[in-house]
Amino acid sequence: MRSYAIYVAKRILQFALVVFVGISITFLITHLTPIDPVEHAVAQVSTFGFSSPESIELLRQSLKELYGVGDNLWEEYLIFWRRLAMLDFGPSLSAFPTPVSELIGRAIPWTIGLLTVSTLLSWFIGNVLGGLAGYYSRNRILRVLGMIMMGLHPVPYYIVAFVLLIVFTFLLPILPSSGGYEMNLRTGWTPQFVGSVLMHSILPSLSLILVGVGSWFMGMRALVSNIVTDDYVTYAALAGVPDKKLVTSYVMRNAFLPQITGLAMSIGAIFNGAVITEQVFGYPGIGRLLVEAVHAADYSLVLGITSIAIIAVSAAVFIIDIIYPLIDPRVQVSQ
Amino acid sequence: MTQIPVSAGNGHAHVLETSNLRAYYRMKYFGIDREVRAVDGISIHVRKHEIYGIAGESSCGKTTFIKAIAAAIRPPLEIVGGQVKYSFIDDDLYALPPARRAAIRWRHLSYILQGSMNVLNPVRRIHKTFEDFAFRHMHLPRAEFDQEVRRHLERLRLPAEILRSYPHELSGGMRQRVCIALATLCRPEFIIADEPTTALDVVVQKDVLAMIRETQHEFNSSMIFVTHDLTVHANITDRLGIMYAGRLVEEGRTADVFANPLHPYTAHLIASLPTIGDRHTRDGLHGTPPNLADPPKGCRFHPRCPLAMEICRHENPALTTLAEDHKVACFAASSDVLPTPDEKPNQPEELETER
Amino acid sequence: MIAVLRDLFRYNGEFAIGCVIMAIILGLAVASFFSPYEPIDSYVVALDAPPSLEYIFGTNSRGQDIFWQLTFAIRNTLAFGFIVALISRILSLTIGLISGYVGGIVDRILMSINDTFIVIPLFPLLVLLYFVLRDDMTWFVLALVMAGLGWAYDARLIRSVMISLRTREFTNTSVFSGMSMPRIVTQEHLPYVLPIVFSTFMNNMNWSIGLEVTLAVLGFTDVDTPTVGGMIFWANQHSAMVSGVWWWYFFPTLFVTLTFIGLFLLAISMNEYIDPRSRLDRMGNS
Ligand SMILES: Nc1ncnc2c1ncn2[C@@H]1O[C@H](COP(=O)(O)OP(=O)(O)OP(=O)(O)O)[C@@H](O)[C@H]1O
Ligand code: SF4
Ligand SMILES: [Mg+2]
Repeated sequence: MRSYAIYVAKRILQFALVVFVGISITFLITHLTPIDPVEHAVAQVSTFGFSSPESIELLRQSLKELYGVGDNLWEEYLIFWRRLAMLDFGPSLSAFPTPVSELIGRAIPWTIGLLTVSTLLSWFIGNVLGGLAGYYSRNRILRVLGMIMMGLHPVPYYIVAFVLLIVFTFLLPILPSSGGYEMNLRTGWTPQFVGSVLMHSILPSLSLILVGVGSWFMGMRALVSNIVTDDYVTYAALAGVPDKKLVTSYVMRNAFLPQITGLAMSIGAIFNGAVITEQVFGYPGIGRLLVEAVHAADYSLVLGITSIAIIAVSAAVFIIDIIYPLIDPRVQVSQ
Repeated sequence: MTQIPVSAGNGHAHVLETSNLRAYYRMKYFGIDREVRAVDGISIHVRKHEIYGIAGESSCGKTTFIKAIAAAIRPPLEIVGGQVKYSFIDDDLYALPPARRAAIRWRHLSYILQGSMNVLNPVRRIHKTFEDFAFRHMHLPRAEFDQEVRRHLERLRLPAEILRSYPHELSGGMRQRVCIALATLCRPEFIIADEPTTALDVVVQKDVLAMIRETQHEFNSSMIFVTHDLTVHANITDRLGIMYAGRLVEEGRTADVFANPLHPYTAHLIASLPTIGDRHTRDGLHGTPPNLADPPKGCRFHPRCPLAMEICRHENPALTTLAEDHKVACFAASSDVLPTPDEKPNQPEELETER
Repeated sequence: MIAVLRDLFRYNGEFAIGCVIMAIILGLAVASFFSPYEPIDSYVVALDAPPSLEYIFGTNSRGQDIFWQLTFAIRNTLAFGFIVALISRILSLTIGLISGYVGGIVDRILMSINDTFIVIPLFPLLVLLYFVLRDDMTWFVLALVMAGLGWAYDARLIRSVMISLRTREFTNTSVFSGMSMPRIVTQEHLPYVLPIVFSTFMNNMNWSIGLEVTLAVLGFTDVDTPTVGGMIFWANQHSAMVSGVWWWYFFPTLFVTLTFIGLFLLAISMNEYIDPRSRLDRMGNS
């Protein structure tokens, strides 16, 4: 138990490091570039006819505060952190005066829902199929499946999403093409609404799953084809342990565990995919919010989303990391 | 050739009989075919209640032989000839349908492998492994099965708590004892042990050996015991076969082989055993073990043999009985040893292999 | 070397297919040098002409011949991926080698940094960068930034190979025989690490091209330099799907997908050949 506490402490440190580095990069990007993003944003906004001088001045003030004005870079850096610690990113420019945190709060459940479901599904499907393909390496169907996965895996999210969009909303219009739910529905836990949300999430999650499955499949297949030569599998096979048991409890279980760490490693990349997928399908998550914010030159919103994304992704990784030793009996957490 | 009939005359006295068994690793790497002739025409028999030892230096094919008699064949290993017969099955092992072969495993035929970290499933508690391996053979209700496992452990003087552990929580010696308990739970007629004590330190090794002998005795099992360590053989085996480069070069009662080695290779192995108070360095064998992908023609030992003659370079000596229960394959041992064709099956029989 | 390539080609279907695909893609990229039009020229051909003998990939609503446009786009996209992969290989090789070799505290620090970069989601950062730089974010700046952020995963891989090499016997032998460390690294170990660098090179190209396409499609890059993503961006801008100009999407998508598959096949076939495990095994047996 003590060693687990040490392990958790180390993970917390790593988590803090990730957030620190990520946020610092964010700070550097915004502060070391020759362009003054505040003036830039103000200029952009004023051209959109948001032009009463007082409100522009107000805007400039709040932007400066957010951006962190100080005598030197160091002071700005500290202010930047203080705002972040309070999750206070000021008002949104494009949806003035709604606070950025509120916009993000509204969008984030969509993204978390979409990501959780599609990540877990693709992780599970990919690993099970890949495990089977590794174990029954001569099975014809699994071989064909392997080739499909191999072809699908390197294709970027955008292209898969786009192809799905064309096929299922244009050539074969059976699924809604955009949005998170039907426009005229009242939000709430009504069957229609939930059904509509599910219908709208099919294509975005399908595209995330299609791309995601491939890498799990191939990783697992490689892992399993190593594990089948491990002594304990050979030994159990010698002992005549039935095939089904051998695949599940001996091969798969051992291969699944390292894939959990793999999950932690790839959450960042999956998040990238979600951004673009949301954009393609007009899904109301923070990916689309980010793209819209860029188009609307909404500096505070872009900054807020970037910071939150960094924190959220590293938190997800952190959670997986600290759960892992509880699942895998082999990990001696002290190491 | 002059195959002297087995002394007992009764085929049932032999639990295991292999005849002219050949198992090769056949590989293709980017168009280069390689064939490692790791087991090349081995015929042995193991009698009831006997511990038969197999010795030989590293990579001479001991483990491959074990795999061949255990039907643990997975590519690139292939059985290219010969037969494996057990007293508890009426047919060649490889002629059995897979389902029947699986039914024999553990019930009649069990294994103790080198007790390194990896023989037991690292993510499964020990009692689960007992269940996976033995439950379906015991035909007992669950509770009684658990009872039986506990009783068995007690008999072997192992604490019942280990059942709740994961393998990595046990010491190497304890893991090996668990494997022995596991292998003997169904009281199999035949136990195959491959280097079961090699990874252990000397004190633990002694205990484990004693335990193996005790259980073998108590359950009346027969056993093949493989190790490169001749002192272990001297301690535990009844008869001993010496392997060199995929072939059996000498076989006899362990005591006879030690007292009167007939093959120069055996003589060398025994002579190089450390004895107390002896500080001489002996002249070791010069040369390296042959490459089994391209073994020397004739007697495979000839490039390193101090007694090599002209005939050894061309002809392969047959394993010949020279004294009661003592066979050797060496032209220098006796003029009774005749050449035997160094055949290599060109057309491998189509044998079904298991994954 | 030639013999290895020939054997790979003959016995490894994936390698052969990958080579053929990449040959086609490279052929297209090279063709750009013979283009009758400048890449940024627009309204030089008929608008929205479907694929025909005259314009084999059709033309778009900006009056550009999609075939020639695509040759430029592929050339730029490949060059982009190449530069990112090249720079990030240097980083991951250096860090992986140092970490695997020196070990101890240096290793731990480097790997902490490494894991940090693996975890941080790059996409929002790149978007932020575009947001701040806007038109100053050229193709080359983007490549530099992506190389600076995209080395971590492979550095870890190279490190683990280094560690397994370090503990192998021949290192000890070389140490005892008095070889200096730099010589051991370059003469004994690099031959095992280099193939991995090559295979991760392909994968890294795929990764960076994928990100670039994504950013470009959203319009978050310099859309005036023709890239495959940029072509799709313009098609979106002109609602090509609605107006039925499907070929404007189809050909860029097809060829960029082929590029991904080709690079990926090369990477995995190379992996299979050089898999350090099987290669070390084979070496151990002979
Ligand atoms: N999977 C394999 N593929 C190819 N060759 C193999 C394989 N396993 C073993 N060999 C080769 O077969 C020969 C015999 O190996 P084997 O494992 O039977 O030797 P051994 O006598 O058990 O040695 P040790 O005492 O080291 O366990 C060796 O030359 C080895 O290199
Ligand atoms: S047959 Fe010849 S070479 Fe072989 S062991 Fe005997 S003397 Fe030596
Ligand atoms: Mg062995």
